[in-house]
Amino acid sequence: MMQHLPILQVLLPLLAAPFAAMLRGRDVAWGIAFITTGTAFLISIALFLEQRALGTTMVYELGNWAAPIGIVYVIDAASALVLPVISGVGFIATLAARQLVAAEIDPRDHSLFYAAWLLTIAGMLGQVTTGDAFNIFVFLEISSLSAYALVAMGSGRDRRALPAAFNYLILGTVGATFYVIGLGLLYMLTGTLNLADLAERLPQVEETRAVFTAMAFIALGLFLKMALFPLHFWLVPAYAHAPSAVTALMASTATKVSVYVLIRLIFGVFGVEFPGLADAVGLAILTLGIAGAFVGTLAAIVETDLKKLFAQSSIAQLGYMAIGIGAMSATGLAAAFLHLFNHALMKGALFLAIGMIAAQAGRATMGTIQGAGKQIPITMTAILFGGLALIGVPLTAGFISKVYLVRALLEQNFWLLAGLTFISSALALAYVWKIIEAAWLQPRPAGAPELSETASQYVPAWIMVFATLGFGIYATPLVEAAFAAAHVFIPSTMGAN
Amino acid sequence: MSAENLIYALLGLPLLASALVLVFRNQPNLRDGQAVLLGLLSAAAAFQLYLLPTGASLTLVELAPGLTLTFTPEPLGKLFALVAGTLWPLATLYTIGYMRGAKEKNHTRFMFFYAVAIHATMGIALSGNLLTLFVFYEMLTFSTYPLVTHKGDEAALKAGRVYLGILVSSSIVFLLFGVLGVWAMAGTLDFVSGGILASKIDPFYVPPLLALFAFGIGKAALMPLHRWLPAAMVAPTPVSALLHAVAVVKAGVFTVLKVSVYIFGIDFLKETGGSEWLVWVASFSILAASIVAMTKTNLKARLAYSTVSQLGYIVMGAALATPLAASGAALHIAAHGAGKITLFFCAGAIYVAHHLTDIKDMNGLGRTMPITYGAFALAALSIIGVPPLAGAWSKFMLMGGALDNGYLVVLGVLMVSSLLNLVYLGEIVIRGFFAAPTHKIIGIKEAPVAMLIPLSITALLSLALFFAVDLLILDFGG
Repeated sequence: MMQHLPILQVLLPLLAAPFAAMLRGRDVAWGIAFITTGTAFLISIALFLEQRALGTTMVYELGNWAAPIGIVYVIDAASALVLPVISGVGFIATLAARQLVAAEIDPRDHSLFYAAWLLTIAGMLGQVTTGDAFNIFVFLEISSLSAYALVAMGSGRDRRALPAAFNYLILGTVGATFYVIGLGLLYMLTGTLNLADLAERLPQVEETRAVFTAMAFIALGLFLKMALFPLHFWLVPAYAHAPSAVTALMASTATKVSVYVLIRLIFGVFGVEFPGLADAVGLAILTLGIAGAFVGTLAAIVETDLKKLFAQSSIAQLGYMAIGIGAMSATGLAAAFLHLFNHALMKGALFLAIGMIAAQAGRATMGTIQGAGKQIPITMTAILFGGLALIGVPLTAGFISKVYLVRALLEQNFWLLAGLTFISSALALAYVWKIIEAAWLQPRPAGAPELSETASQYVPAWIMVFATLGFGIYATPLVEAAFAAAHVFIPSTMGAN
Repeated sequence: MSAENLIYALLGLPLLASALVLVFRNQPNLRDGQAVLLGLLSAAAAFQLYLLPTGASLTLVELAPGLTLTFTPEPLGKLFALVAGTLWPLATLYTIGYMRGAKEKNHTRFMFFYAVAIHATMGIALSGNLLTLFVFYEMLTFSTYPLVTHKGDEAALKAGRVYLGILVSSSIVFLLFGVLGVWAMAGTLDFVSGGILASKIDPFYVPPLLALFAFGIGKAALMPLHRWLPAAMVAPTPVSALLHAVAVVKAGVFTVLKVSVYIFGIDFLKETGGSEWLVWVASFSILAASIVAMTKTNLKARLAYSTVSQLGYIVMGAALATPLAASGAALHIAAHGAGKITLFFCAGAIYVAHHLTDIKDMNGLGRTMPITYGAFALAALSIIGVPPLAGAWSKFMLMGGALDNGYLVVLGVLMVSSLLNLVYLGEIVIRGFFAAPTHKIIGIKEAPVAMLIPLSITALLSLALFFAVDLLILDFGG
């Protein structure tokens, strides 16, 4: 049983999806999703602990066909760290979905909703586990197609969900196509699609123009999928108009998986010493990352719709992850993994809390939450802590990410970039504090809808808040796991811990 | 008690007080009484810790590999803990009188954050490395924000924005940059006697790195980052007294001093001359703030600018980079703390008893409030630096430090500043006692006793410290 966990991790939600679609009762569909994501989360934890204990890479051969002929699933320090993020957020979001979906989706669509929900989670878990580049594409499409459907389901409440989903579909497909074109070129050059095998064969063709083209296509496609500035325009409307549960799930996971795949391809296949990689791709990622950090933050400052505001903030946070990748060092990668993990927690907390407000009031804007601190103090406190974590206040997870991100930049003597990173993170104070101020210090306007909160509404968000604080106060094991993940791609001799 | 237990006590008592404030939120007397009691306990603990030899260290948690929350009381930190610990119960007693006398709302919230702020201050005082210091530094900013915006009106919100905006962004953009820069260069963040940067850093980079700290520590209110302090004066006066005359601003200059002594090292700063520029910036801050203070007729605003000026003395003491000046700066933390808290206590007493905030309206008030004005005069003389009051010693030592390093101009700056102090603080006393009253005199009308007791004690403290100064002079070698 234990040795089959890598495949069960993906197969379980994939197979549960049709059941959720076929069983019509809405509670039944939710129950299936809940049990499935809960089990998937347990499997991820088991895989993570086993990988940390063994310290080696676990390779699962599908149908006992050895690589490179067969497809393998690989649990190494990197995938073992990312799997619990996806399944964990998936589980908590499912917990919250019971309330959110009931409020926002037509009851007749619930079973289809949970089917798509499970499929998108399965697709993301698949992208992380698989050791095959084409298999990544397949799972990318599984998760994306179901995500387009999930976003479009927001149309019952908000018609703008339809154009948002359409935009997302077009751009998402362009991204996926770019990726597969790049992959095609690599296959043509090397005759293999297995990631490890690709990494071995690429040096023989490293100075060819085709391989650079392939690298460019793959990187560009993944930039689009991870919403790296300036390819981020699909993200804000998709997050803003999707059903609240979908926003919470996707904001914490979807772009993160693409960040992971980018790391896997750039560092795992091409390798950090690949000619031209550090000065071309690395420089591009660094520049776009810091630009995205500023653009996202400034856009968030002027935004009044809370979902859009935090979606813009996600652009900025993805920028920080990109900076970690672009530093092209072990510490940088560790910082990217740390922030991938931590940002999932804080954005999960924020979007779950905001989702509860949106589900009650129809929308969540600055006006909706004005003076709401007295009516829904527990929910607003969750938003306060999530916001503090976004700024990177000490004793929250965001501080740990920032410390290692800057450490990575200083190791490379990127002093200016470190300074810019600090400035953009300080600017986050502006958009976080305008929410805090409106909620706690301004009076509730006359005629504003009455908001309420019950335990079932705020508990999911608070689970994430506790995780954010927990990983901010005692992050040592997480930091060690992140460095282990980074060392999968860059040996430890190349960066100090 | 062992030093470790005293550290737990100093950090824990304020937290306990804040928790009990919530527990007793419906019994005002119990809620406020326990805070005074726990404050007295923490004062006793701070005093006992001050007398113990250094060397104890306590690690609470390892945030990340090599980044720990560690508390290592050293002489400077113990002195600061003593100042904050002693003034906290007095200020709490005063708060009770003020909040009830001035009919402020939301007492529970106020008392809660007041105690949390003291917890953060103790964390700063006892911190054993830069990371711990930074953690509590940020906690102090965020915990005092609800106190600054306590009134909740538009003016308070605006002041709150300035407060948070300056303090948080300077700490993130400059201070954290400096902290992580030190980490990258020295490989450690521990406070070590003699500093950790010598031989780790090219002397060329000392001035910019020091600038990251001097301007990153916005709480030190070095001009031009001082704007938050006058803004914070919208808070109820107990906040201005304990937090914005003692805890918060002293946490700022304490941090500057601590970084100079235990991160850079006085000798290293002197050898490299890396802090010379800061002497001039501090001089400017001292004089400019004094001149601004003279233009203010709102009592609290004038006292705030006086604080900005006095903080410059302590930064100056760090920048002069001699043991004598550093000792003088440390002493000034205590001397100015006792003096300035008294002045603010008096300002609050005047407000509660007569609802006056403008100096021009306070003519002849000294005859109505003899105790308050007597305390005010004593504290003002201490801040001006007149013997036999505590402020005389610290100014004297700073001047000696300036002479040691041949900064004759600085000597002039300090003298001119004393004269300016005399003008703008003396004016208040003279108007109070000698000017013809603008209002009809209605006999003696003082503030409630809960306010008079603390302000009398702190005023006498300024006098006592002059004679007990041996206890507070720290030895920084050399």
